[in-house]
Amino acid sequence: MNGRFRIPRPLVESLATIGVGLVAGGLLMLVFGNNPLRAYRALFVGAFGSLEDVLETLAFATPLMLTGLTFAVGVRAGLFNIGAEGQMYLGAVGATFIAGTFALPPLVHVAAATLVAMLCGALWALPPALLKIWRGVHEVISTIMCNWIAFHLSTYLVIYFLTGAGRADSTRPALPTARYPVLFAESTLTAVVFVAVAFCLAVYLYLWGTRAGYELRLAGENPEAARYAGVHAGRAMLLSFGIGGLAAGLAGASQIIGRPPAWSLYATLGNVTTLGFDGIGVALVGRSHPLGGILAAFLFGALAHGGRFMEYHAGVLSELVRAINGLIVLTLAVPELWAITRRRLGR
Amino acid sequence: MGDHPAEAGTVNARGRRLLVAFLAAGAVALLAYALQRLGLNPLSLLEAGLLAMTPLALAAVGECLNEKAGVVNIGLEGILLISAITGVWAAEIFGNGVAGLMGGLVTGAVIGLVLGLVSVYGRADQIIAGMGLNIFALGFGPFLLISLWAFPGIHLFPEELMVPRLRTPLGGVSPVTIAAVAVAVLAHLLLHRTVLGFRILAVGEKPEAVDVAGVRVDRLRLLTSTLGGALCGAGGAFLPLAWFGGVVKEISAGRGFIALACVVFAGLEPLLALGAAFLFGFAEGFSYAVAVTPGVKERIPFYFVSMVPYVTTLVVVALVIGQRRFPRTVGRPYVRE
Repeated sequence: MNGRFRIPRPLVESLATIGVGLVAGGLLMLVFGNNPLRAYRALFVGAFGSLEDVLETLAFATPLMLTGLTFAVGVRAGLFNIGAEGQMYLGAVGATFIAGTFALPPLVHVAAATLVAMLCGALWALPPALLKIWRGVHEVISTIMCNWIAFHLSTYLVIYFLTGAGRADSTRPALPTARYPVLFAESTLTAVVFVAVAFCLAVYLYLWGTRAGYELRLAGENPEAARYAGVHAGRAMLLSFGIGGLAAGLAGASQIIGRPPAWSLYATLGNVTTLGFDGIGVALVGRSHPLGGILAAFLFGALAHGGRFMEYHAGVLSELVRAINGLIVLTLAVPELWAITRRRLGR
Repeated sequence: MGDHPAEAGTVNARGRRLLVAFLAAGAVALLAYALQRLGLNPLSLLEAGLLAMTPLALAAVGECLNEKAGVVNIGLEGILLISAITGVWAAEIFGNGVAGLMGGLVTGAVIGLVLGLVSVYGRADQIIAGMGLNIFALGFGPFLLISLWAFPGIHLFPEELMVPRLRTPLGGVSPVTIAAVAVAVLAHLLLHRTVLGFRILAVGEKPEAVDVAGVRVDRLRLLTSTLGGALCGAGGAFLPLAWFGGVVKEISAGRGFIALACVVFAGLEPLLALGAAFLFGFAEGFSYAVAVTPGVKERIPFYFVSMVPYVTTLVVVALVIGQRRFPRTVGRPYVRE
């Protein structure tokens, strides 16, 4: 330490990773004959150019911090839980069911729809958790299978039970009593963002402030030591899957009762699909930390919202943003990159 | 097979797996009989099952070789999707379906090589890198579809680009299916009958010993990663060019992960992986057959039929797991000391 202020290295590395992902994405644009500078300018201005855009970026970040949390809590317990996608579908279905079917007093209705969604998510996390604990089935396989089963199950539930009269393309919209209030008329940001941030904070306090949380992290960090300390590995996994499921369920709810203008679930599930997988990058950039995840979600939210402007201004399809997400994850997987860079820089 | 030290402990497990395989075969025969009684044609079911088996088998056999050498690729799903699209693209450029399959194969090989470089020299966390590839494909697939054909939905290509099926007494069989079976047999022989195969097995178990013996650990792992990617890429191109006749962004539909389940089921043995691919392929073929059967299709919603492959995979993996044994260094980079 030489006394001057130093930016924490994880932050530098995370930002550098996003930089590498953007550069690689830019190369792809060049290959397909687009101008990456113009595209990224459109993306940046689109994401941060005005107050409304920053709010919209926050709206995009809301589900991502939650699905990111699902993956992060998995990593903390030594699990590679990529089941947020399916758990989120079921959460969205649960929220739609409560919000569109029952007549309840305003606050109670929102709370009920949110809680049921979270429970649906947690329930859908149960099969992979139990298969892992009882049979040692690797969670990569079981969660992906559960995602696909959830996709077909949710589509079935939507089309057979939840669509409104006369239209089959989406569910009955959430009743006004079940909707989170829109914060600013200019954006789709609703009060659900506070619930999402509060949930991330609560999980942070739980993991770092309670015995059960400590045991979960110990089981992930050092299974051997955890066993010596008498930590029940199965319970740690169950807890991790459970918290992850609650977060994913909340993410699903946030897109139904916390996101105008649809206030409903599309029959194709189009307004929630891939949000779960996007969470993996969010968690990794956020260093598998609930609070880091909030910051990372803001960056990924900016990519998602700003990416839509690349199409207008530079002819770059917004689908490329998800490809860039993948490149960021790929870059994060390579620790040697940093070692090599540091050696080159002579540090 | 007990002559190789890496396999000495697996004889018992192998016996149990064989038993499971026999039981499964018995169940399939019983099922065929029951289907006949129900009015479903077992032969058309077999035809559908063999088609569904092929991409799974190609991807799984390649991944067996790769994991035997100590490298894990959970990005099979992404390779299937990207090479399905580039395969169709190549077929349209060259006006030939087989050229399209080659295009998919080359695409897969390139991706496999890149992932191998990242794993071997970047010492990457291979699970995260593979997932990065999957997420990349999730965006790059639709991006390619729209870039190439200016339409986000299904792209149907001219029918003459389809790889024709061979007429056999058992119904139409794709030559790619036969090739996939041959590849599984060859992979088995490669692993257990050749020097290169022994080196692959050894590099997964004790890379330091192989290194001391003067064999390049890095090159061997790059080779298996590229080969695994190539086979998976061929499987990806098979989907549109020899099976569906069109390509969509959801075309891989979890098959990459079902192939991983085959690898787990097989304990990295190519022939058993082929068997697992047939089992899962049959489950998928069964679901298609049920979906179009009069009297059944009205009663069971299509959505439940669509779940069959995934539920089968989950159940089978839950039943057979715990008996497999993986190479000692699987998924870990080799660092010379």
